[in-house]
Amino acid sequence: MIGLGTPDPKGVFGSTVGLADKYGTERVLDMPVSENALSGVVLGSAIDGMRPVLTHQRVDFSLVSFEQIINQAAKWHYMYGGQATAPLVIRMIVGRGWGQGPQHSQSLQSIFAHIPGLKVVMPTTPADAKGLLLSAIFDDNPVIILEHRWLYNIEGPVPEGDHRTPIGVPRVVRPGKDITIVGTSYMTIEALRAAAMLVDLGIEAEVIDLRTINPLDHEPIIESVRKTSHLIVADTSWRNCGVAGEIVARVAEDAFHYLKSAPQRVTLPDAPVPTSHALTDEFYPRAIDIAHLAGDMMGISTSGLSDNSAENGMLDVPDNSFRGPF
Amino acid sequence: MTASLLELYRSMLLIRRVEERIIDEYAAQEMRCPVHLCIGQEAVASGVCATLDPTDKVMSGHRSHGHYLAKGGDLRRMIAEIYGKRAGCSLGKGGSMHLIDLTCGFMGSAPIVASTIPIAVGTAFAAKCRGEHRITAVFFGDAAVETGAFHESVNFALVHSLPVLFVCEDNLYSVYTPLEPRQPAGRGLAQLAAGMGMATAKGDGNVVKDVVRLSETAINHARSGQGPYFLEFTTYRWREHCGPNFDNDIGYRTQAEFETWQALCPIGQCRSELISSGTMSENELVSIDRQLNDNINAAFEAAKSASFPASHEALEQVFAN
Repeated sequence: MIGLGTPDPKGVFGSTVGLADKYGTERVLDMPVSENALSGVVLGSAIDGMRPVLTHQRVDFSLVSFEQIINQAAKWHYMYGGQATAPLVIRMIVGRGWGQGPQHSQSLQSIFAHIPGLKVVMPTTPADAKGLLLSAIFDDNPVIILEHRWLYNIEGPVPEGDHRTPIGVPRVVRPGKDITIVGTSYMTIEALRAAAMLVDLGIEAEVIDLRTINPLDHEPIIESVRKTSHLIVADTSWRNCGVAGEIVARVAEDAFHYLKSAPQRVTLPDAPVPTSHALTDEFYPRAIDIAHLAGDMMGISTSGLSDNSAENGMLDVPDNSFRGPF
Repeated sequence: MTASLLELYRSMLLIRRVEERIIDEYAAQEMRCPVHLCIGQEAVASGVCATLDPTDKVMSGHRSHGHYLAKGGDLRRMIAEIYGKRAGCSLGKGGSMHLIDLTCGFMGSAPIVASTIPIAVGTAFAAKCRGEHRITAVFFGDAAVETGAFHESVNFALVHSLPVLFVCEDNLYSVYTPLEPRQPAGRGLAQLAAGMGMATAKGDGNVVKDVVRLSETAINHARSGQGPYFLEFTTYRWREHCGPNFDNDIGYRTQAEFETWQALCPIGQCRSELISSGTMSENELVSIDRQLNDNINAAFEAAKSASFPASHEALEQVFAN
């Protein structure tokens, strides 16, 4: 394991705490601020038989290493005719809140997913955080894991032992018959909150946690839309050329005649993420926005719904326990 | 590993004759990928690789034919690859710019300048993690030291005392651009690595015995755990940057400059010494040439008659397993 601050006291939001003590600093390493070369070093160790895990404390820090990720790692198995493999994992954290701003907030799954040869996963639950990481480590391909900063605070059951979540398989986290809401990462949480709100309007939403962006078995989504006839996709990143567009395109191709309304996307607007909380409060879509959209699509009034998210405190933190700055 | 002058000669001559044959055949338009030939630079490839152990690793860039062959890469698979055939070392998916032969430790080559430098450092990192006394040598040109990837790799290799040979072939040009717009005059290339704390040496890249001598020092340094080493060799590329032709008349360099370097041909210098020292006779050298050409002929014939990959193979091996 290697990364800026990987063995330090904060342990990457707690995710690597104790590992250096347990496995030694030969194996759990800090690194120079050289993300580009270190991505190459990680690739070199992977092609030479190791299974490295590189961690970036923000997705934004990986940008300087796109050459190694996209030109080299993604293509290494293919361009040498299958003679070599690059079994590496790069964990990247999606920042949000407390004024993270344009360069500490990006969620670039659609860019990575566009590249043949890269696997891209986004766990939502603690069980999948473990399960997808283990699957990624033991996968013989380069896997990018985007972990959302606000999901570090949620709790859930985690199976003991070698628990793996299969890469490529979305999961129905809440069955329903009236509308399909596909979510990625933290937006799956907002989709579940929206589904709870919609119950009061007599709408039973089926929420699907995407978990893998690429390679993805779309069939569970298609099957859901055949049942519900309506689709919302909620993604953590920008609208234009994003993952939500890909899901909608696949449904249009494979389930067009089942749709009773045009599929909709819930995404960030196409602008860099601003810093002031006065700006981010309206920038990030919330459960209430998904619920209003669902009502519109199904011709059901949502005027009775209230947005209770602000009752829990400020909108630029995941919950009141978070005091900033990081 | 100490190679004899004859073995070094044979290695360099193989490279030369292969590159010349590519030149002869290129106009037939059956080798349909860019080729970056290393004629004139053979001594660096042969000298360094002959001094490495068979279990040591090598990585390279776009001008990799010499490094591939000198390390022991399979000739037939290289030629078949350039012909785009399924029998190629990369199954026709990589071409000249993506050669690989894991059986001899040639871990890969890629044309993005300096990209394989950190990857090579990574293979050395793996060796150190596993307690193996292996070295990785990575070959690159004078422009590679201008990249961030180079400096970051040098720094990291030093932090962890990794067994890496950074081998820089200064052939004075980056495509058509001389040193002057790219680096400050009079600074030198090895100085960059020395300034970062690395042991360095500079030598004449056209005298194969000098290449061997400096390589031995560097390899002993790295293999004994003293860390990475930077070797700078001055040499010259005879043909154009990419392609089979001469281009000494298009204006970026002169015919006179080329001829000065041609007279310093690494193979010619080696040949003269073999004969003057009485090691080999003219006839024996002719016989070696003929033997090499027989092997080269066979490789080209095999490549020409080999099958192309099927079109569905373009969609295979995107992912492993």
